[in-house]
This record gives sequence, C-alpha cells and structure tokens, in this order.
Amino acid sequence: MGNDDGQSKNVVFVTVGTTCFDALVRAVDAPEIKQELLNRGYTDLLIQMGRGSYVPTKCGGEDGGLAVDYFTFSSSIAQHLKSASLVISHAGSGSIFETLRLGKPLIVVVNEDLMDNHQSELAEELAERKHLLCARPQMLHQTISTMNLEFLIPYPPGDATPVAKLINKHLGFSND
Amino acid sequence: MTMVFTFAITLTVAAFTVIVTRIIYVVYKSSKPLSKLGPQSVSTLIVLGSGGHTAEMLNLVAVLQKDKFTPRIYIAASTDNMSLQKASALEASLVDERDDETMSKKALFMQIYRSREVGQSYLTSIGTTLIAIIHALWLMIKIRPQVILCNGPGTCVPLCLIAFFFKVVGIRWSSIFYVESIARVRRLSLSGLLLYKLRIADQFFVQWPQLQRKYRRTHFVGCLM
Repeated sequence: MGNDDGQSKNVVFVTVGTTCFDALVRAVDAPEIKQELLNRGYTDLLIQMGRGSYVPTKCGGEDGGLAVDYFTFSSSIAQHLKSASLVISHAGSGSIFETLRLGKPLIVVVNEDLMDNHQSELAEELAERKHLLCARPQMLHQTISTMNLEFLIPYPPGDATPVAKLINKHLGFSND
Repeated sequence: MTMVFTFAITLTVAAFTVIVTRIIYVVYKSSKPLSKLGPQSVSTLIVLGSGGHTAEMLNLVAVLQKDKFTPRIYIAASTDNMSLQKASALEASLVDERDDETMSKKALFMQIYRSREVGQSYLTSIGTTLIAIIHALWLMIKIRPQVILCNGPGTCVPLCLIAFFFKVVGIRWSSIFYVESIARVRRLSLSGLLLYKLRIADQFFVQWPQLQRKYRRTHFVGCLM
C-alpha cells in the first residue's frame, strides 16, 4: 500500500456508456465519496463521462489523495473494466453484463432523469440476487460506506440453448 | 334498390367473416408447431437493436444450427452502425471454419429507416413513420423470411405486422419468435406487449420467471446474457 509505481494501483472505474449522466459523475467527484474510496484502499478513480457536461477535477494523487482522471469515450472500455478493482456503472444492460462476466464487483447507479425508467428493473433484480449493488446518485455515498463486496455472488453466464431448442421444436428440427 | 343494398350488406358481412376466420386460423396455427417442415433450411430474418438488444440476439444466433437457419438476413436501424458490425463479426467467425466464398449467400445485412428518432416531434413523426412503413414493406417483399427472430427494438414491430399480414393473405408463412430483452424483469416492453397482445408472435420467450407468471402464454427460458 502507498506505493504509486503502478503495480499497486487499485482502480475504481466509473462508466456512463453513451448516455449523459451528470448526476453520477458529480456524485463520484464529491469529496466525501473520494475520501471513502481512499479509506477502502482504492488509489485511482477513472471516469468515463460520456455526453455529460459536468467535468470532474483531475488530480494526480501526489498528495496522498485519490488520483482522478476522466475521458468522454473510448474504444477500450473492456480494457478499463479488466484493470478495475471496482466498477460503478449506469444501468444499461450492456455495461452490467460485461462487468459481471469479468467477475468485477459492481455498483449500478440508476439514472432517475430517464423518462422510461425500466432500467432500474434489471439492476434491482440482480441486486436482489446479490450479483451487484444498486444505488441512486444521492445514495451512492451510503452504499459505498456500507458495502461488503465479499457477499456478492458471481453471476453465472447466460445460456441461449433453451431458446434454440424451443425454436427447433416449433419448426420441426431435431435438437441433436 | 333494396335488393342491391341487401346484397351489398351480405357481401360485406361475408367478406368480413372470411377475413376474421382467416385471422383466427392463422393465430391458431401459429401457436402450433409446424407439421410439414422437414430437414431443409429456413431463411431467417434477425432484427437487431442497439446495445444490449444486439448482444442478446447474437448470443442466440451463436447457438442456432447454422445449416438449418440459412440464409440469415440481419436488419438494423439505419442510424445504428454498431449492430451490423457486430453481426458481421459473428458471421466472419463462422466462415473461418469453412469455405469463405459462400459467406455472401449465407448472411445478408440490411438497414431499415426508423419511424421515429429519440426526441423527434410528433408532427414530423407522421411523415417519417409513413416512410418507415413503406420501406419495411419493401424489405419484407424482398426477403419474405420463413423465420423471424426479434427481441424488442421498435423496428421489429412493423416487420412483424407485415409478416403477419403476409400470413393472413397467403404470401408467405413465417414463424415469428420474440425474445423479451433481459432488461425487462417486471413488465414487457411496448414492442413486446403489442406483439403479445395481438398474438403476432408464434412463440414468446421471457428471461425472468416473474414475467412468465404475469403473461401466461410466454415461455420462460432463463437468461441469455
């Protein structure tokens, strides 16, 4: 701990996908959340801010604080997810399942400004099954300060073969 | 004069009865497995949507028997470039195993106009919807798929309605399979609800048990992702 030679990096990756989700970016940029992440041993905060207009403050972390960096879009989101120790994501199903497949601890933050808020359904269901944590932007600090990532259950990979079998059966194809 | 009038009424009623009977027959027959489809292949229309929808659909396509479901025609909204790219990447990975000359015959990629973009005004929507319907009709006349696979993007609704119309009229019998997106846990999407209520989909799959309990004619299949 305390070394900043790249090896002991402990990155929190925040992603909003292609959306605009200033409430989340603003939340993770708040001093109390950054302090809480630091207390929990994270060293870096990397924010993918998408189309949002709120720009977080960059910080090198030389003063012993959390190093903060951001970008708008990147073609290597997968790489960032892989190298992260904790992922904080918007509620899009693409981001959620990509993170779960990598086995990374995940906090999903639901965007309450979206008109059609069916997105919370998926996050809440997966939270109930303990595959991830689900929060609202204003509750994020509380979620982080009380979270216990050891209780999360790995998400079993999905399987499309039951659908394929039913389709085959309907069409009169054999299922071998 | 009254004779003509009575005759016209009788004719209208008769025509109406024939059409309604035909629709009921089509709905009934769609719900039953196909009886006389042998080992041959079926042309398959795969409707892609953005982001999560496409990933789910391609997971399904990946496990289908490719020699049975061929040719495969992928369709996505004209504003969505990513989906067709991902589909062609999947198709390219299949080709590696066999000869690559037949790729163009086995997989086709098409784009369709969307009736309404996010944020578009309702007034201009009328015009764009009309164009989208005509375009969908044109594509469906060209493709006349035997199987349609879709999982929720708005573009699948006109395509499925046209396919159902073709079934009623007798142009083409296509089996329509709808998989509700994994993002829908408690309620069906608007597209899903329409196709379910109108009984357009031959088989309707859901990925969460609570949805199946709510919509009894659906099949619970577990998570595709």
